[in-house]
Amino acid sequence: MAMTIHVDIVSAEASIYAGSAEYVIVPGEMGEVGIHPRHAPMLTRIKPGSVRIKKPQEDTEDLIFVSGGILEVQPHVVTILSDTAVRGADLDEARAQEAKQRAEEAMRNRTSAMEYAQAEAELAMAVAQLQAIEKLRRRKV
Amino acid sequence: MAAGKEIRTKIKSVENTRKITKAMEMVAASKMRKAQERMKAARPYAEKIAHVMAHLSQSHSEYKHPFYVARPDIKRVGLIVVSTDKGLCGGLNTNALRMVLGKLKDWEAKGIEVDVTAIGNKGLGFIQRLGGNIVSEATGLGDAPHMERLIGPVNVMLENYKAGKIDALYLVYSRFINTMKQEAQFTQLLPLTAEAAVEKTTAYWDYIYEPEAKTVIDVLMERYIEALIYQAVAENMACEQSARMVAMKAASDNAKNVIGELKLVYNKTRQAAITKELSEIVSGAAAV
Repeated sequence: MAMTIHVDIVSAEASIYAGSAEYVIVPGEMGEVGIHPRHAPMLTRIKPGSVRIKKPQEDTEDLIFVSGGILEVQPHVVTILSDTAVRGADLDEARAQEAKQRAEEAMRNRTSAMEYAQAEAELAMAVAQLQAIEKLRRRKV
Repeated sequence: MAAGKEIRTKIKSVENTRKITKAMEMVAASKMRKAQERMKAARPYAEKIAHVMAHLSQSHSEYKHPFYVARPDIKRVGLIVVSTDKGLCGGLNTNALRMVLGKLKDWEAKGIEVDVTAIGNKGLGFIQRLGGNIVSEATGLGDAPHMERLIGPVNVMLENYKAGKIDALYLVYSRFINTMKQEAQFTQLLPLTAEAAVEKTTAYWDYIYEPEAKTVIDVLMERYIEALIYQAVAENMACEQSARMVAMKAASDNAKNVIGELKLVYNKTRQAAITKELSEIVSGAAAV
């Protein structure tokens, strides 16, 4: 029997996959990485994309979508910490996040009700933007 | 029969209250199951990321993240208060907020200033009344915790820590022990206490980092703190529903008792009135 490696894919909201595999292919930030058993320890960020898992005694690869996160490789264990929220280098997302923080900043120094209302509107917009980005990304997949 | 009517309306109103508490109890019971499932679903991630962190602390990385560095004198600390958005859940928030108050007093005595991030309406209101310095907040989270809602407020604190504005970060939330028991919990988030895994393995090894150690570890650290907070929020929500269920059950039972007592009083007065009328009729007939 071929050697296998244990694979865990988890996100903050759920455990997505756990099982053994002959190899795993992960969309790493610097390009796709294929991991076979006894791979050297590695830690890297991953891009949104599909993780391909070749299970033993099966000809086809399993596809699992991850929206970015972190990959940790130990000689016999691969752990993928998947993100649930849309994040990363996405420019719009960063901007929305920034706006959100600004809104919060303004909320802190709530000097007048007017400013507060404005901040709240800005915050709502930022949140809506974030949601839109996520939806867009979901459609693309 | 003026007294009888008053008691009747009173009984009616208590009955209505009971209907409401009963309904809330049942709603909380059904939500509780889901909230507990969500809390359990968050556990694998927290466990795995803790594993990775333990591995990382064993490795011989040349990069030491600022989150690990304890600062000698603490002038200002950050506190994340996790509470519920809604009330009517027994002593849950009271216990957590009492703990917050105690810590705030301690810090004040030591001359340490505090920045607060409030997650949940009740904590926010409490800190506002105290006149605390709120740097960020997340309220109206609904029934399910969402990472998106937490990233922003938490980030504010992490940035503050990185910028040296705060020297430590703490978290207060309600820990879920079982349906009947919840406990206010105070934990230190930053600086990370190097756990039992400090004993370095003899073999020299380090990760291969892509693209480089700093960026990867930075992200990992942030995710770790976020995961801890997410877990706390999920746990707090499970606490909220079970505490509410228990509180509402007690309220419904109390209402039932009150109704019983009121009915007894009502029947007694009714009986007394009838007896009085009868005796009046009888004595009137005897006089004729």
